[in-house]
Amino acid sequence: MPVFFLKRLLGAVPVLFAVSLFVFGFVRLLPGDPARLVAGADATEQEVASAREALGLDRPIWEQYLRYAGATLHGDFGISSRTHEPVIEVIGARFLPTLWLTLAAMGWATLTGGLLGVWAGVKRGRWQDQAAMLVAIGGLSFPGFWLGLLLIDLFSVHLGWLPTGGYDGWRSLLMPSFTLGVGVAAVLARFTRSAFVDVAGEDFVRTARSKGLTERRVIWRHAARNALIPVVTLTGLEFGTLLGGAIVVETVFAWPGLGRLLVDSISFRDYPVIQALILLLSAEFVLINLVVDVLYGVLNPAIRLRS
Amino acid sequence: MTAPAIRSPAREFWRRFRRRHTALVAAAIIALIVFAAAFAPYIAPYDPAAADYDALLQAPTWAHLAGTDSYGRDILSRIIWGGRVSLAVGLISAFAGGLIGTIMGLVSGWSGGWVDALLMRLCDVLFAFPGLLLAIAVVALLGPGVGNVIWAVAVFSVPVFARLVRGSTLVLKQTQYVQAARSIGVSRFRLILHHILPGALPAVIVYMSLRIGSAILVGAALSFIGLGAQPPSSEWGAMLADGRSYLGVADHLTLFPGLAIFIVVLCFNILGDGLRDALNQKLQ
Repeated sequence: MPVFFLKRLLGAVPVLFAVSLFVFGFVRLLPGDPARLVAGADATEQEVASAREALGLDRPIWEQYLRYAGATLHGDFGISSRTHEPVIEVIGARFLPTLWLTLAAMGWATLTGGLLGVWAGVKRGRWQDQAAMLVAIGGLSFPGFWLGLLLIDLFSVHLGWLPTGGYDGWRSLLMPSFTLGVGVAAVLARFTRSAFVDVAGEDFVRTARSKGLTERRVIWRHAARNALIPVVTLTGLEFGTLLGGAIVVETVFAWPGLGRLLVDSISFRDYPVIQALILLLSAEFVLINLVVDVLYGVLNPAIRLRS
Repeated sequence: MTAPAIRSPAREFWRRFRRRHTALVAAAIIALIVFAAAFAPYIAPYDPAAADYDALLQAPTWAHLAGTDSYGRDILSRIIWGGRVSLAVGLISAFAGGLIGTIMGLVSGWSGGWVDALLMRLCDVLFAFPGLLLAIAVVALLGPGVGNVIWAVAVFSVPVFARLVRGSTLVLKQTQYVQAARSIGVSRFRLILHHILPGALPAVIVYMSLRIGSAILVGAALSFIGLGAQPPSSEWGAMLADGRSYLGVADHLTLFPGLAIFIVVLCFNILGDGLRDALNQKLQ
């Protein structure tokens, strides 16, 4: 068991290293002088020169990377060129809203998607199955930003029940988390259904049924439980969809999270913040998948023992 | 007893696909929309950029079937013209991503060894960027605009195809017919192109259809948040961003462009599902 964990953990290190290289190269790949970009468009020659020195751009490239990596590991992401505050503080203030949003979306999406998938699998081939899968493919095709606008139009503008946006208590969380979760719920429903159908044909399910267990017990204790193992892996990958989707949903609902910070930073060309956000969101995603991988090993001894 | 008819894979595919009526309808709708976009100058009732200050923010009428926007421009005409941009983003980026990914997957699966390890680690790194983030990073790097969005979405699709094709290549490499061709000295290039690629292609086609749908969504999302097509372009995501300020005042500004995206993406997804079932492909 510990060997399995350690292997997975070590596997993530080169990926994180490569991501950090990409992010490090990011500003250097931009056309133009990075020092001028950081100093701002209306900076004097002297300011540009001091920015170059402050950034260490006059040093050899490997030394620049080591400095960057060292600073990053100490939580130092530089200074925002828009607000002139440390990047870590700018990001820190936006972290919790995005966390609540993604957790709420993931929560309802896994529950609904999983249940819908099992239900469709149980009713396989009947109209309930077809209806459920129609809903799922519709959810998969729905543009999140359009859904958000339609919800605002209905519940805020016309009915006046919910706030149009902002970050103010659970009522402001309802529409954004619903919008964000729809696509994930749809993907999970489709995947759970096919996993359930696969498992339902297995010998152990037939055995469970033939020894006289109630249908409810066969479905939930034997079939669904085993069908959910591959679903767990997909859930980890879908976290990526959520983190990406949050960028759009936060823009629609004026949600003060990391996604909207990223969009704002791009339009202000606030490169230190862009760099830090790309690095942190990717690292977060890699770590979530690491946790999921480990969880998968816990749920499925075959995987754990093989490696 | 009659002997079962032997059909070529292509005929077998057509026989199965023909029975999937929803997929056929989806394919017909896609054909219609592509046709409308291609012949936009002849089909669109108005000039998509012509302002009409006597008809601002009009709800749908017989003269303007989908209403007019804040400049009095005809929304239906703008959607038909905008389809050119949205479809181009979806089709070109999914195709480019599919092509690069397929080549990577073939090379990776065939070569094995350090080439395989290197390419797959590259995919791991591309996969490490959650969802849209990779596309957004590419646009942040290259600057906003439709051309850059196409690149961004293509890059975002590459690792998916690379893994898919690598998997098929590894399986096909071990089949008897490939081993046989290899043993009689068929060149490596010919082996990959004539014996491996055709076997890997069905999965690629299925995935590409599903990918076009998500590429259109990503492209529209990027335009919506201001990183893609810029005004006055009538790309569908940009039209939605434009209509956002008139929610509750003129709902048709957000209704119709959103509906256009939804229908096109839905049709590509249904088509992809139909192709998958007809080709008997199981993805992941």
